[in-house]
Amino acid sequence: MADASTATLPADPAALAQFDPVDIAQVTRPPLVTSGRNMAWITNRVCGIVENKTPLWWWIGFFITAPIAAMTFVLLGYLIFTGIGVWGENVPVAWAWDITNFVFWIGIGHAGTLISAILFLTRQRWRTSINRAAEAMTLFAVICAGLYPALHIGRQWMAWMLAPVPNQYAIWPNFKSPLLWDVFAVSTYFTVSVLFWFTGLIPDLATLRDRARGKYSKYVYGVLALGWRGSNRNWRHYEMAYLLLAALSTPLVLSVHTIVSFDFATSVVPGWHTTIFPPYFVAGAIFGGFAMVLTLMLPARYLFGLHDMITAKHVDVMAKIILLTGSIVGYAYIMELFVAWYSGNPYEWSAFLRNRIAMPLFSDHPAPYWWAYYCMMSCNVLSPQIFWFKWARRNVYVVFVICMFVNAGMWFERFVIIVTSIHRDFIPSSWGMFHPTWVDVCTFIGTHGLFLCLFLLFVRFLPMIAIAEVKGVLDSADPHAHDEHGHDRGHSRKFGYAAGPQREEPLPLVGSGVRRAYLKEVTEHNVADHVSDPAKHQAPGDPNKDEDTGKPGGHAKG
Amino acid sequence: MATVASTPESASPAPATPRPVATGRVYGLVGEFDTAAELYHAAEVVRDRGFKRWDVHSPFPIHGMDNAMGLGKSVVSYIVLCGGLTGFTTAVLLTFIPSTITYPLIVQGKPLNFFTVPAFFPIMFELTVLFSAFAAVFGMLAMNRLPRWHHPLFNHERFARSTDDGFFISIEATDPRFIEADVRELLESVGAQHITLVHDHD
Repeated sequence: MADASTATLPADPAALAQFDPVDIAQVTRPPLVTSGRNMAWITNRVCGIVENKTPLWWWIGFFITAPIAAMTFVLLGYLIFTGIGVWGENVPVAWAWDITNFVFWIGIGHAGTLISAILFLTRQRWRTSINRAAEAMTLFAVICAGLYPALHIGRQWMAWMLAPVPNQYAIWPNFKSPLLWDVFAVSTYFTVSVLFWFTGLIPDLATLRDRARGKYSKYVYGVLALGWRGSNRNWRHYEMAYLLLAALSTPLVLSVHTIVSFDFATSVVPGWHTTIFPPYFVAGAIFGGFAMVLTLMLPARYLFGLHDMITAKHVDVMAKIILLTGSIVGYAYIMELFVAWYSGNPYEWSAFLRNRIAMPLFSDHPAPYWWAYYCMMSCNVLSPQIFWFKWARRNVYVVFVICMFVNAGMWFERFVIIVTSIHRDFIPSSWGMFHPTWVDVCTFIGTHGLFLCLFLLFVRFLPMIAIAEVKGVLDSADPHAHDEHGHDRGHSRKFGYAAGPQREEPLPLVGSGVRRAYLKEVTEHNVADHVSDPAKHQAPGDPNKDEDTGKPGGHAKG
Repeated sequence: MATVASTPESASPAPATPRPVATGRVYGLVGEFDTAAELYHAAEVVRDRGFKRWDVHSPFPIHGMDNAMGLGKSVVSYIVLCGGLTGFTTAVLLTFIPSTITYPLIVQGKPLNFFTVPAFFPIMFELTVLFSAFAAVFGMLAMNRLPRWHHPLFNHERFARSTDDGFFISIEATDPRFIEADVRELLESVGAQHITLVHDHD
């Protein structure tokens, strides 16, 4: 079974029938870690990112993003000292780019939690290669998101009033307000995400500690690793805590964007007052978040040579999730439109027909923001449909470009919901337009700088792949790997992986054409992974000090 | 402790590896394995011999190791339940006391009595999750006696592999069944390599 992943299968169904179906499933299941990498290779490769000399591109990236990040804070200082008027907010558009950007960033965070929590609970073993970076992305996105509501309140020094602090003014937060729910939801989300992320980091920080050479790195990683020593008595509690954190984060992440959508849905503004918002927002958040995960991971995978851990399969699966959630979002757009018409409410219908859909070619009175609506529709609903095709999911350039479309489309979605809904309300005399100021624009660019700068710091100083978890999905992690009859195919509590190789989908019936096609596909998949993937160029004979300790197959006593 | 004192250094015949100069209390014997499977089977043997103060160390949690070691379910789940109940109670008090007793104020036409409760569900949910998450992390650390900045096992040079690709069994000298020669023999019999006596201080 050792080098099962590379074995070829006879195409003839009769010859195939002599194999035990379970064994065939093991043979053909695409491995999550390719090229037969072993544990030491994983440790070296991931820790090497932190330990090796800082690459030039990192410094270039850092010196570009750090000043942009700093600009955010300068502009926020300018906002506080001058007043909220430096942004383009007005009446009627009192919520504009600030809340658009808030919802945009917080939505991005949701993919990280989805990967780390929901895919953990649903035993998706492929999540291990991407969950760490995705969770880090969550934190940085929530940091960017949190800046906006904290600063858009006008008198920022009164922000403490959001907290239930007993005070002599006899002022108490209104717990019936969705805006206060939002305060609790977002702060809980950030806190729990930090806890979850750090808990996952502890074993990997111990790995870095044990490899550290420098005086300071020894000290810092030593402190952060909390004295972890991989003891099974510790793993036992650790895994229970991790499982429960995942179980808590799952409803939490769904609640956060639900509550964000309540900010709009509980109002009476046409275009906001709709019950479809909570599921629609959650699907949109996951959609946009996965696009951002890929936006970050594809370059990181290329730059650090992580193709054996973030394989073509990972990209493929994430593209499928983008397709699914993009289609859900598309359904929500259409349903929102249908309900606006079907409700018979003239204001609601007007908010869609006159303020969004009416475009210059077909209408004498085009909607002022028609272009935003069509940007949203084409980027979010149409562009991901290309992922129905396998070649598109397999081509990283196509995937990257589509992800950029989705990133832009999701920003436009929030802009459409917020600005176009309130720029024309019930009385035409109070209609108005929103024009962003240079502060609006530069603050928004600044948050991107902050986000990327934090991510660069993260990949430089912390293990960007969950080392312990990836080791857990290797075949050699199975304690029954060499038992004759000891195959334990039950689910494990351990990091949510069943022991050793397992099927994630049922093998089609013996002898059927479906089954043959399936086997052919997965075999080709493996071959394709080994041939076309650029990772192969840095496999064993890699000149740049990739300590490749891997025996082919990488399995003990294989 | 008495057992430790009764097992002097010279008790073990012909150690397999040269022993470092011992200056501290004996922590225990540590054996190393190449694979998770070997460690798993060794753990089953050690468990069946009736050892109590021992542990296995691996770079990742090994499936079924709790059974192989004879350990039960973790109690962290109960700690989390307590945390969740605390959070829920906090939220109930935090929302109801001001809204119905200390600062009763009609907003959004909602009632001042119990029937305003749907408006408080989000806060109750969030605080339940928040307190549970804290309970999970700090409960886990407390049960594991972490953080700690040092452990005798870190004196063992090869032990750094336990976070890379090494698999270890450590049997502590404080175990009532610990007799160095016997434990060494046991570890050899289950296939451990680099069997080393680890001391508390270098």
